[in-house]
Amino acid sequence: MPAPSLILSLLLVFCFGLATWLQPWHEGWAGGRAQSGDFLDVVMGDSRQLFANHFFVKADMYFHSGYYPSIFDQTTGGTPHITAAKDEPDGAEQGPEHESDETGGFLGPPRDWIDRFGRNFYPSHHTHLDAPGESREILPWLRISADLDPHRVETYTVAAYWLRQHLNRVDEAEQFLRAGWRANPDSYEILFELGRVFDENRHDTSRARNVWELALRKWRERSARDGKQNEFMLEQILTRLAQLEELEGNWDKAVSYLQDLKGVSPNPAAIQLQIEELKQKE
Amino acid sequence: MNNAIAVASVVIKELYRRKDFYVLFVLTAVITLLMGSLNFFNDDKVVRYLKEICLLLIWISMLAIAVGTSARQIPAERENRTIFPLLAKPITRGQLIAGKFLGCWLACGLALMMFYGFFGVISVSREHQWAVASYLEAFWLHWWMLAVVVAMTLLGSVVFAAPSSNATICLVVIVGILLLGRHLNKVALQMTEPMSTVVYSVYFAIPHLELFDVRSLIVHNWAPINLLVCSGATLYAAGYATFFLVATWMVFRHRPLA
Repeated sequence: MPAPSLILSLLLVFCFGLATWLQPWHEGWAGGRAQSGDFLDVVMGDSRQLFANHFFVKADMYFHSGYYPSIFDQTTGGTPHITAAKDEPDGAEQGPEHESDETGGFLGPPRDWIDRFGRNFYPSHHTHLDAPGESREILPWLRISADLDPHRVETYTVAAYWLRQHLNRVDEAEQFLRAGWRANPDSYEILFELGRVFDENRHDTSRARNVWELALRKWRERSARDGKQNEFMLEQILTRLAQLEELEGNWDKAVSYLQDLKGVSPNPAAIQLQIEELKQKE
Repeated sequence: MNNAIAVASVVIKELYRRKDFYVLFVLTAVITLLMGSLNFFNDDKVVRYLKEICLLLIWISMLAIAVGTSARQIPAERENRTIFPLLAKPITRGQLIAGKFLGCWLACGLALMMFYGFFGVISVSREHQWAVASYLEAFWLHWWMLAVVVAMTLLGSVVFAAPSSNATICLVVIVGILLLGRHLNKVALQMTEPMSTVVYSVYFAIPHLELFDVRSLIVHNWAPINLLVCSGATLYAAGYATFFLVATWMVFRHRPLA
């Protein structure tokens, strides 16, 4: 029977040898996170995207002052309202979940007395953060969502919309969009929103044009590379560019953008009418 | 009644002699203040996220205090053998249970008062408005919810062998009710018989602790709850607390102490 000290020494040598063999393998392992400089990335890995999505939904929940379907409720699905509001004219609302009475919305009529009684203890009416400045309450969750998943483009565009449109924080909106652009250099969505900042808030048409033209180029590049992209976004970019050129008196360019727009618009006849009007002005 | 109050006063003294409350209070305060120091888009008026975090920490801390304090009351008396001189005095087992419950519940009330005081200060300092009625209702409902929790844990302490297993089982059940209790009826409707009836029966049998969770209303500045509704919830909690206490007494009165 060998001495215990000998066994311990052998085990130590074995462990050391194993460690020197495993360390280089672990460094080169494709699934390792050791190379990442980001602490959150090392700790959380891909689960960051999951949490980022959770916090984005949390922002929408705050927008509804806590009135929000749980995973157990029959949801109608669709786009979160904080996102939908960005693409809709002011005050436009849709969907059955906008019913404000007790029997409407995702809750439906109370199923039993506990359900009926329980609705007094949590938000059970549909509301939005409509009071001036109130929408600031959604911002922390959008910020955390962007920190967790910097490649989630929607977070930047939605936050920028609320910052500049409802809170008059144009500088913060631009900074946030620029941060998003650094993380997502190919995003035409962020460039489009940045163009809106320059056009609508800064009234700097030349920078808006540059950014939108770049957005259009990115859209085409990504369409060629990754297949069909968001046509609604293309429609918006072309519309804005056409309006801008028309205002600047560049009729040829405006007509050219409208010609492109006619191909993707759901109402090509109206676009054709605009083209003819512009051609008469030339 | 005097005997029960005498037992209760000992339990209250135990709470402020132990470190549990101080540790949890400091932890809640530090985390809340750290979160409050965060800057989101240079806007210092953002407050709801902070209220939500603070209330969540208060709920977690109070559950830990209530379950931890109640779970060790009777087992500790038995383990230290102090239960024999206690019951040798003119004090019945029922009075002992009532005293332990009263002590734990009042101690939780005192701790809760401190927590809600801190929450109020944080909320007022950021929001510059004092929703007294809503905060008082939230405190009241929370305290009554803790009455059910304390009574349930006392029942567990005479049923289960060790305080640790009792505390763990009680916490799992309480957290389960808080998370799923409201939705069990929806789950039951999607099931086939006989599981649907079983789940629906569970839904009606369990104490709906989530009714007392009005954090969403507080965080999002909803109007205070109707006082009649609040009174109904109080009666509901009192009913369940009484049921658990009677059950504890029925189990404990025939239980050998040695």
